[in-house]
Amino acid sequence: MATPTWNNPIVKWIDYRLPVFSFMHHELVDYPTPRNLNYWWNFGSLAGIVLVIMIATGIWLAMHYMPHVDYAFDSVERIMRDVNYGWLLRYVHMNGGSMFFIVVYIHVFRGLYYGSYKNPREILWIMGVFILLAMMATAFMGYVLPWGQMSFWAATVITSLFSAVPLVGDAIVSWLWGGFAVDNPTLNRFFSLHYLLPFIIFALVFVHLWALHVHKSSNPLGIDMKGPQDSIPFHPYYTIKDTFGLGVLMVIWMFFVFFAPNFFLEPDNYIEANPLVTPAHIVPEWYLMPFYAILRAITFDIWFIPAKLIGVVAMFASILILLFLPWLDTSKVRSAKFRPIYKQFFWIFFVDCLILGWIGANPPDALFMDTVPLLIIGQIGTAYYFLHFVLVFPLLGWLERPRMVPESISAAVVAAEPPAPGSV
Amino acid sequence: MADSTTADPGATDDGEDRRDFLLIATSTVGAVGTALACWPFIDFMNPSADVLALSTTEVDLSPIEVGQSITVVWQGKPVFVRRRTAEEIEIAQAVPMGDLIEPEEDGARVQKADWLIMIGVCTHLGCIPLGQRSGEPKGEFDGWFCPCHGSHYDTSGRIRKGPAPNNLPIPPYEFLDDTTIKIG
Ligand code: HEM
Ligand code: FES
Repeated sequence: MATPTWNNPIVKWIDYRLPVFSFMHHELVDYPTPRNLNYWWNFGSLAGIVLVIMIATGIWLAMHYMPHVDYAFDSVERIMRDVNYGWLLRYVHMNGGSMFFIVVYIHVFRGLYYGSYKNPREILWIMGVFILLAMMATAFMGYVLPWGQMSFWAATVITSLFSAVPLVGDAIVSWLWGGFAVDNPTLNRFFSLHYLLPFIIFALVFVHLWALHVHKSSNPLGIDMKGPQDSIPFHPYYTIKDTFGLGVLMVIWMFFVFFAPNFFLEPDNYIEANPLVTPAHIVPEWYLMPFYAILRAITFDIWFIPAKLIGVVAMFASILILLFLPWLDTSKVRSAKFRPIYKQFFWIFFVDCLILGWIGANPPDALFMDTVPLLIIGQIGTAYYFLHFVLVFPLLGWLERPRMVPESISAAVVAAEPPAPGSV
Repeated sequence: MADSTTADPGATDDGEDRRDFLLIATSTVGAVGTALACWPFIDFMNPSADVLALSTTEVDLSPIEVGQSITVVWQGKPVFVRRRTAEEIEIAQAVPMGDLIEPEEDGARVQKADWLIMIGVCTHLGCIPLGQRSGEPKGEFDGWFCPCHGSHYDTSGRIRKGPAPNNLPIPPYEFLDDTTIKIG
């Protein structure tokens, strides 16, 4: 693509020395994008914008927040009541966490459905998994900062996970705490890391986009762009489409901020942390519930390995297994559009994730319809979760007969459109 | 290029050896130094001297009636002090070792059978089990019940059912006299 010529003398002067304008033009204006992207391709740019809003509101909150066990809870209440627009920035940040995960989870399921993780986009996908992990760590530590009951007990339970590590487990936990229980040193370091991690995420996003721009976006057909007839420039076509999507997200996000600001929050988090009383029913934030269900599903030792350790390993493995997906999926066809059997398994997997989330939200010994223990459902759900990766993905690639894939994006697009009036 | 002829002192045999040696030596020292420099950053996060300074807690047992429990704080953690009933002691002592997840005689967990003193932190993931106050659920073994993931402890604080792997730990303590203990 030709480097643009700049007319403005200042732009020209700068661009000659540091070609930022040419770079932006190349990556955001001319950038060739498949012409057939649907709305599921909006969620990447949405996630980027949510990240920026989280960083902005977070930095502002930090101007009035105090990371000390004696002041943290009160300082958040002060932000809510006394600080100008403190309620607004806090509610945007608090609900922003949930919006971020909704957007990113849709983004990930998009990738699963359309096979976006396949050759040559493996590193792009792996960067995405790292981003997801960093987001979870960030959100977890952010949840601790207001120092409510759920904050405190979430911190206790999650850090205690590491006590399952053989031999050095207890040493790791007291290292994480900086003491013998979750206390002031813990709160302090969580604040420090909660401030740091979003910037690491920002850097990871940069690498993610770098890899994206090497081979460009995939598309609903999952076939490569073969020439200019298959693409359109990013600007104005996708800038406008992304802006429209942003408008929709904002309507939803602001609905929660203004009309149901505590919808996603456990009421117990408005009770100040009390290290001597565990709330009767502790639950993580909704976006961690499926993983929490997997953690709790393991109630049996295997040989000499204690249940606690297996539960923790299973929980981490449920995310880390995504890293290997590009090699577990043996099918050469990317899009589920042309994989009739995979398409069904995709939805089964999706429902399985929802079920695990619902199990994670409920008390461990509850019953479903007064008969089936939730534990059993959680165990089946967990087993299926892993089988989907280690069995369904590799086998389908061998057994499934994919449908005919169109010759090119433009051929498929033209075939789908009714002929323009007047044309032959 | 003009200066390329002079820029290659490694042309002599021993020059090459010296250069290899210097390269390996500097990179080794550099790598070891960097690794050592990580330690202060890691140890920085460990419990500091003031936190470590062993605190002890003295507890007056006289107001506790038979069948009552109190919770005291030691090193930031709750310690359960229970004056057990004769029935509870009997049940605890009668349990066959084969029924236990972590076999431990009741006698090994108490200094005086009346007084069960243990750290009230669930050995699963650190919640505080219920059962200290009357009316709270005590679990299927009439001791303590951890609501977080459903661990049941018996009247000796031993794990009987649920995901927790170990019995509730016993802190170091001594009887100063018949009605006072010092924990720590
Ligand atoms: C990846 C982006 C981020 C995510 C997912 C995130 C998530 C969260 C969550 C879930 C909370 C708890 C909200 C509540 O219950 O009140 C929180 C609180 C907080 N966050 Fe963030 N955060 C992000 C970025 C940042 C940044 C960059 C800062 C800058 C310092 C920051 C500063 C704070 C502060 C001061 C609080 C405590 C005040 C409060 O509870 O509202 N956050 N964050
Ligand atoms: S923390 Fe007690 S059962 Fe998990």
